[in-house]
Amino acid sequence: MEAIISIRSISKTYATGFKALDQVDLDIRRGEIFALLGPNGAGKTTLISIVCGLVRANTGQVLVDGHDNVADYRAARAMIGLVPQELTTEAFESVWDTVSFSRRLFGKAPDPAHIEKVLKDLSLWDKRHSRVMTLSGGMKRRLLIAKALSHEPRILFLDEPTAGVDVALRAGMWDLVRSLRASGVTIILTTHYLEEAEEMADRIGVIDKGRIVLVEDKTALMRKLGRKQLILQLAQPLEEVPTALARYHLELANGGTELIYSYDDKGERGSLAELLQDLGRAQIVFRDLHTTQSSLEEIFVELIGTKR
Amino acid sequence: MNRHAVAAIYAFEMARWRRTVMQSIISPVLSTTLYFVVFGAAIGSHIPQVDGVSYGAFIVPGLIMLSVLTQSVSNASFGIYFPRFTGSIYELLSAPVSYVEVLLSYVGAAATKSIILGLIILATATLFVPLRIDHPVWMLIFLVLTAFTFSLLGFIIGIWADGFEKLQLVPLLIITPLAFLGGSFYSINMLPPLWRTISLFNPVVYLISGFRWSFYGQGDVSLEVSLLMTFGFLALFIAIVAWIFRTGYRLKA
Repeated sequence: MEAIISIRSISKTYATGFKALDQVDLDIRRGEIFALLGPNGAGKTTLISIVCGLVRANTGQVLVDGHDNVADYRAARAMIGLVPQELTTEAFESVWDTVSFSRRLFGKAPDPAHIEKVLKDLSLWDKRHSRVMTLSGGMKRRLLIAKALSHEPRILFLDEPTAGVDVALRAGMWDLVRSLRASGVTIILTTHYLEEAEEMADRIGVIDKGRIVLVEDKTALMRKLGRKQLILQLAQPLEEVPTALARYHLELANGGTELIYSYDDKGERGSLAELLQDLGRAQIVFRDLHTTQSSLEEIFVELIGTKR
Repeated sequence: MNRHAVAAIYAFEMARWRRTVMQSIISPVLSTTLYFVVFGAAIGSHIPQVDGVSYGAFIVPGLIMLSVLTQSVSNASFGIYFPRFTGSIYELLSAPVSYVEVLLSYVGAAATKSIILGLIILATATLFVPLRIDHPVWMLIFLVLTAFTFSLLGFIIGIWADGFEKLQLVPLLIITPLAFLGGSFYSINMLPPLWRTISLFNPVVYLISGFRWSFYGQGDVSLEVSLLMTFGFLALFIAIVAWIFRTGYRLKA
């Protein structure tokens, strides 16, 4: 699929000597939701800041729909909406005024109908005359999203978009993000809520110590690195796993009352059907069974842990 | 040119000014009026004429300049510092706006406020002292030039400051003393030769002198020198702002 953002050999070392990014190459595909994950200080915000023009890269180039974000910054920036991590808003302006201001700042003529739609989509319409300083943290977060959407960007950066937002509103925001994607907006999000990435992203990028560690289709990533387990609750506890079942590498847990079979989609250790047949042959009776699958969070922790 | 952005920032800054009308207009007009009452009417009636002008009328250009200088610096520095302080400057830096447009809007708004304030103080002065303006066009030229020049300085201070204390420091400790010692209340020709020479190093002398010349046809230095110095400061501040934008000083990491 065609890339809407091409990041090539971007490096950034701050004046303090801290190397935030080291030769980063990354393509963001048009119309996708891309989740950029990484531990604190990994370089996520620096990378977003460079693409959006807030931070200068030492080396490399960023193309936004073919526009160099330095040489042709007007065209590049006009396409981008940014929701920053911090709740950085004006204090004394009304919600309506500050969102309308953002639209004009990005070179668009006033459009009250669009501002109204954005505010309604984000449940801020009732607060349109309120001063920003009177809003709650969750409302300010939504206000930042409203400001970023005010100029109808084709690319939206969401830096920790649901931090401090309650569960109900978070679900509403996910719906909004999906509807934006459906309208053709490309979305790049960083998040600490891995279930958010798991829920929404098409592709996952993992950054650590300023380097892109992995970029993968989410489903493929979950399949490749995700671990599945079949847990059998036994009718009678076992002291040890029968040798006839050795090839399955089964584990005994909970005082021998549970038998755990770890497997993956590759079926290297035999199929579930074969296991169940072999259990029957070994006269092992189970009362119940259930399966679990590693979450993205577990994959992420494992991945970062392995690379360190 | 991103005219929508320029208009939006300009309107935003003017709206902030209107919201704080007490601090922006009434306060400086009141304090200047007090100067007129104390130095013009009360003490001024006991002071002989200066350069053929009554003392009350003599101090009017200086007092207007004093307010224009301090308010230009204060308006422009606060205008750019506050978004830096709150962090909302991210939006400006990520917008398709050129540095020239940023400068035009912020400095333009700050200068507009100072010019309006200067004209209000001028109108107020006519209530207390008999005034004449020999060269009204030059008066406006000096007013506009000074407002823009010192709004540029304010913009530089707003970028440089890393706290509210520094924001107040330059207007309080540098601009106000320079304006007081720059001939707001006296002609530097009244000073002993040594102090007169020292005063010539004070840039505000040239601004006040040129402005006073536009009222009464005479100043401490010639009109040409006043104009040259004013343009010199304008060029200096533009060069500093250009350097700030080129290097991203305190704006971009």
